[in-house]
Amino acid sequence: MTTTTRPAEPVTAAAPARRSGPAGLALRQGRLEIRQFLRSRESVVFTLGFPLIMVLIFASIFDEEIAPGVSYTQYFITGMIATGLMTVSFQNLGIWIPIERDRGVLKRYRGTPMPKWVWFAGKVIMVLVTGVVMTALLLAVSVTLFDLELPTTTTAWVTFGWVSALGVTACTLCGIAISSLARTARSGSAVVTPVALVLQFISGVFFVFTNLPTWMQQVAALFPLKWMCQGLRAVFLPESFGADEPGGSFELTRVALVLGVWCVIGLVLCLTTFRWTTRRDG
Amino acid sequence: MSDDVAIRVRGLRKTYGDSLAVAGLDLDVHRGEVFALLGPNGAGKTTTVEILEGYRQRDAGEVRVLDVDPASPTRDWRGRVGIVFQGTGEFDELSVAEVVHHFAGFYADADDPDKVIERVGLAAKARARTHTLSGGQKRRLDVALGIVGRPELLFLDEPTTGFDPEARREFWELIRDLAAAGTTIVLTTHYLDEAEALADRVGVIAAGRLVEVAAPNQLGNRQEALATVSWRTPDGTPDSAQSATPTALVAELAARFGGEVPGLTVTRPTLEDIYLTMIGHR
Repeated sequence: MTTTTRPAEPVTAAAPARRSGPAGLALRQGRLEIRQFLRSRESVVFTLGFPLIMVLIFASIFDEEIAPGVSYTQYFITGMIATGLMTVSFQNLGIWIPIERDRGVLKRYRGTPMPKWVWFAGKVIMVLVTGVVMTALLLAVSVTLFDLELPTTTTAWVTFGWVSALGVTACTLCGIAISSLARTARSGSAVVTPVALVLQFISGVFFVFTNLPTWMQQVAALFPLKWMCQGLRAVFLPESFGADEPGGSFELTRVALVLGVWCVIGLVLCLTTFRWTTRRDG
Repeated sequence: MSDDVAIRVRGLRKTYGDSLAVAGLDLDVHRGEVFALLGPNGAGKTTTVEILEGYRQRDAGEVRVLDVDPASPTRDWRGRVGIVFQGTGEFDELSVAEVVHHFAGFYADADDPDKVIERVGLAAKARARTHTLSGGQKRRLDVALGIVGRPELLFLDEPTTGFDPEARREFWELIRDLAAAGTTIVLTTHYLDEAEALADRVGVIAAGRLVEVAAPNQLGNRQEALATVSWRTPDGTPDSAQSATPTALVAELAARFGGEVPGLTVTRPTLEDIYLTMIGHR
């Protein structure tokens, strides 16, 4: 049914028609997800731009000290890094998966011999790459413009690593799980955005956590973002600030514990509720 | 199950709540044939096909598709079954070539993606983002994704909806090519001329049952149906008669008029007439 006779040029140089092994399939899927993400301008602006703009605005307006040797700017930037990690995982997936489900992308993938896990691996690779890029951007801006100091000890870098990894894992699993609540493409954002916004206000991102009413602190302590913020403060704020935390220290064991529990909750919800097709598809 | 049977269905039943969508359907499709499923909306066509494709679970009955029960599809089976979906516009941010190359990577024995793109007539659009394609071009992309894995059995769900007449002819040629190469094809369609042009056999579904299966020209005993002979009487009023022997009637009329019979037509019921009678609309 060729109407135009111009032959197809070889468009993708290194794309053999032969099926790759499991790792190859996952990497290909990840590359495709990243490509799709980068080409949809709204999601790039929203995901990467939002935390950056917030840092530029808030850090420029408020620069008072909240404790000896600790500025609000430092406090806010650590909170924004945690928020950014939640945005690339929880919000990104919670908003995009319903759209893809509604468009039939997931159904189409299920009609191929692609193993199910490859699709999830692709999403995880995209979240990890955007998370690293976003964190690097935030750190670069904060170090150049707002005198944030990068961690100097190996211990601090290790803490940075595991808090981010555990936090992103919990948020990724919860994002995939919450995607099944949205009935249509458009409602994903309506389900996810309020949850994320409320958590940002009560978890010590915009406001110093200990200044919040006790009941609000208790509600926030049930969710991951508060613990991600606290874990990152252990990395970027002076050790002395630990005494100003609600528990009298940075409580890293508890950070690991709560985030770990959320990983389990998220995983169980994913395994029990994930849908490849919309409800009207049965 | 013998080697020449691609699909075998016995007593298939599916209910949604109180309504019976498929009510004891039997169906056999032979290897290498083009089988068209005709039926009004709500007759159980889509439900039946989606059960065969492994997307829906049945309530009762026996189903074998390429010797596998589609209720528990294996990866290997997915690789042998191609599906052309009705949905389009799922990969807005990617080009035609990127999507086809990516899907080719899921199959163990995929066709050359560039050749497939050329075959469906999208060579000139290979580098275009899929959201810039016209409706007909998007359907060709759907077809490309359905055949890139060299399926033994191809499902086509209303494949030419939205095509202009020329595009339909070209599409039919493509289907004939695939059939000539030995691909078994099951298509659902609303267009009776399409079923007549493509199918070796047509199955009519009404109220969840297969009411008849026959070659298109034998459906509803079309060959034996009475012919209608119409003409105009000398005073100009139309007259007509049904006859099992129309040739004799025409000869008699010719004798009566002494030559040319004014306004003479001889017709047999069209496939559409037969079909509408069968599904109870006449």
